[in-house]
Amino acid sequence: MSVLRWIRRNLIVIAGLLTLAYMILPNIVVMVFSFNKPKGRFNYAWQQFSLDAWEDPCGVADLCGSLSLSLQIAFWATLGATALGTMIAFALVRYRFRARGAINSLIFLPMAMPEVVMAASLLTLFLNMGAELGFWTVLIAHIMFCLSFVVTAVKARVMSMDPRLEEAARDLYAGPVQTFVRVTLPIAAPGIAAGALLAFALSFDDFIITNFNAGSTVTFPMFVWGSAQRGTPVQINVIGTAMFVIAVLMVLVGQLIASRRKSNARN
Amino acid sequence: MSVTEAPPAPPAEPEEPRKLTLRKPSTRKRLVPYWLLLPGILWLVVFFALPLVYQASTSVQTGSLEQGFEVTWHFQTYVDALREYYPQFIRSLLYAGTATILCLLLGYPLAYLIAFKAGRWRNLVLVLVIAPFFTSFLIRTLAWKTILADGGAVVDVLNTLHVLDVTSWLGWTESNRVLATPMAVVCGLTYNFLPFMILPLYTSLERIDGRLHEAAGDLYATPATTFRKVTFPLSMPGVVSGTLLTFIPASGDYVNAELLGSTDTKMVGSVIQSQFLRVLDYPTAAALSFILMAIVLLMVTFYIRRSGTEDLV
Repeated sequence: MSVLRWIRRNLIVIAGLLTLAYMILPNIVVMVFSFNKPKGRFNYAWQQFSLDAWEDPCGVADLCGSLSLSLQIAFWATLGATALGTMIAFALVRYRFRARGAINSLIFLPMAMPEVVMAASLLTLFLNMGAELGFWTVLIAHIMFCLSFVVTAVKARVMSMDPRLEEAARDLYAGPVQTFVRVTLPIAAPGIAAGALLAFALSFDDFIITNFNAGSTVTFPMFVWGSAQRGTPVQINVIGTAMFVIAVLMVLVGQLIASRRKSNARN
Repeated sequence: MSVTEAPPAPPAEPEEPRKLTLRKPSTRKRLVPYWLLLPGILWLVVFFALPLVYQASTSVQTGSLEQGFEVTWHFQTYVDALREYYPQFIRSLLYAGTATILCLLLGYPLAYLIAFKAGRWRNLVLVLVIAPFFTSFLIRTLAWKTILADGGAVVDVLNTLHVLDVTSWLGWTESNRVLATPMAVVCGLTYNFLPFMILPLYTSLERIDGRLHEAAGDLYATPATTFRKVTFPLSMPGVVSGTLLTFIPASGDYVNAELLGSTDTKMVGSVIQSQFLRVLDYPTAAALSFILMAIVLLMVTFYIRRSGTEDLV
């Protein structure tokens, strides 16, 4: 009976941990199967342990090319979306202007629309303009859908900034440019960084919009999609696992540095 | 033209009280917000709003790829598209709706755990929630093929417990397999969009003052009553934005339906994709996409109105 009571008391914790397990399970499968040596073309059933794929991660034609293309697109899309989005966020928080409502909805709508609708409509535009589908159309699309997320992230930070800090800078004879570079930008930096990170992740992992607008250009998600039809090489799991491990390590190191700094500041 | 005439970097200027300024702010200064907005807004107008107009026009065109398409106000396309593909529409809304409810049921305890119970483990659990993002979602979705494989551990357990007998009777699965059935698709959708539910839930739960729980307890509320009357109402903003962030992308998704489902589980996203990229019947594809947009926007507007949270933007 006491077991039942213990379960009842910790019901929320148990349910939460089960959800966590549900979320982590596929990552574990991806990791384990990166050491698999499948028999056929598909890497869905366990055969035997092997390090083959890890020793030769680029051993599949076009795989690493698609990966580097995805990284390039994500880099430029992040840069573009962060620059444009930060400017919009500052304008929204700091200035008064006409048509604010319309502009707010224009920024909100891309986030409230199924991706496939944006993808399809953008493709009709490109087809009508006779644009050649490829790197540039994908980049344009990625900047478009990352923009709103950057605006939201930066806006939250700029809204919480204390305007008196900038007034103080101006009182101390800093010019508008100097005030912006030395005071405003450093305070807004965490918001901008968060927006940029989000944009990078969204762009790098995007499939639906890319699938419509890439033509014959193959990004990493499109390579994975294609391989789901033709045969999944183990190398996909290797790259997925490596990305996972690198990202988690970066987060942990960042946490460590942050807590170190905090304890230093306290001393 | 001097250097200073270039649009200046946004100076952080709080509005000065009118009384103290002797003259109106110069035209240049009044134009600053417009210069800041211009490039980004232009981008959204040209590559987001304008395409919707093009799509609307495409949906009422007739013609063929060889002879070109022409606007003929052929609204029959909408009727035909709905008549032919209404099962996919209903399926999309049904699957997305089920996945959203499942996300809420699964995500709420975890968000609650992180906000109130995790203590010093909080950051670690948060990292674990976000961590799956770092592996491409297509790879992770493919992993479900392994997990739900025929004769795999999950199917065996469900079979032994006779769960599959019940679910196959309900039409969710087949009697001995999960893969390529509606359950697999919903399972994949739920999995893919869980973080979008958990993070907003966590944000709004974390803001709740813990003393409110104590106060409720002091006033003889049972834990269940405290949850029903205090915690849950206060977390409503998270519930609303979490359900939207889950339902909207899930309704247009075709990745899960294609990878984990069969031809009997195709969602409307699959149809739009194949009409556009393989069949090349642009008017039908545009009409389908427009109907999907209208349905989702209507549902979202209605939902936001009902729940009274309009400050999502």
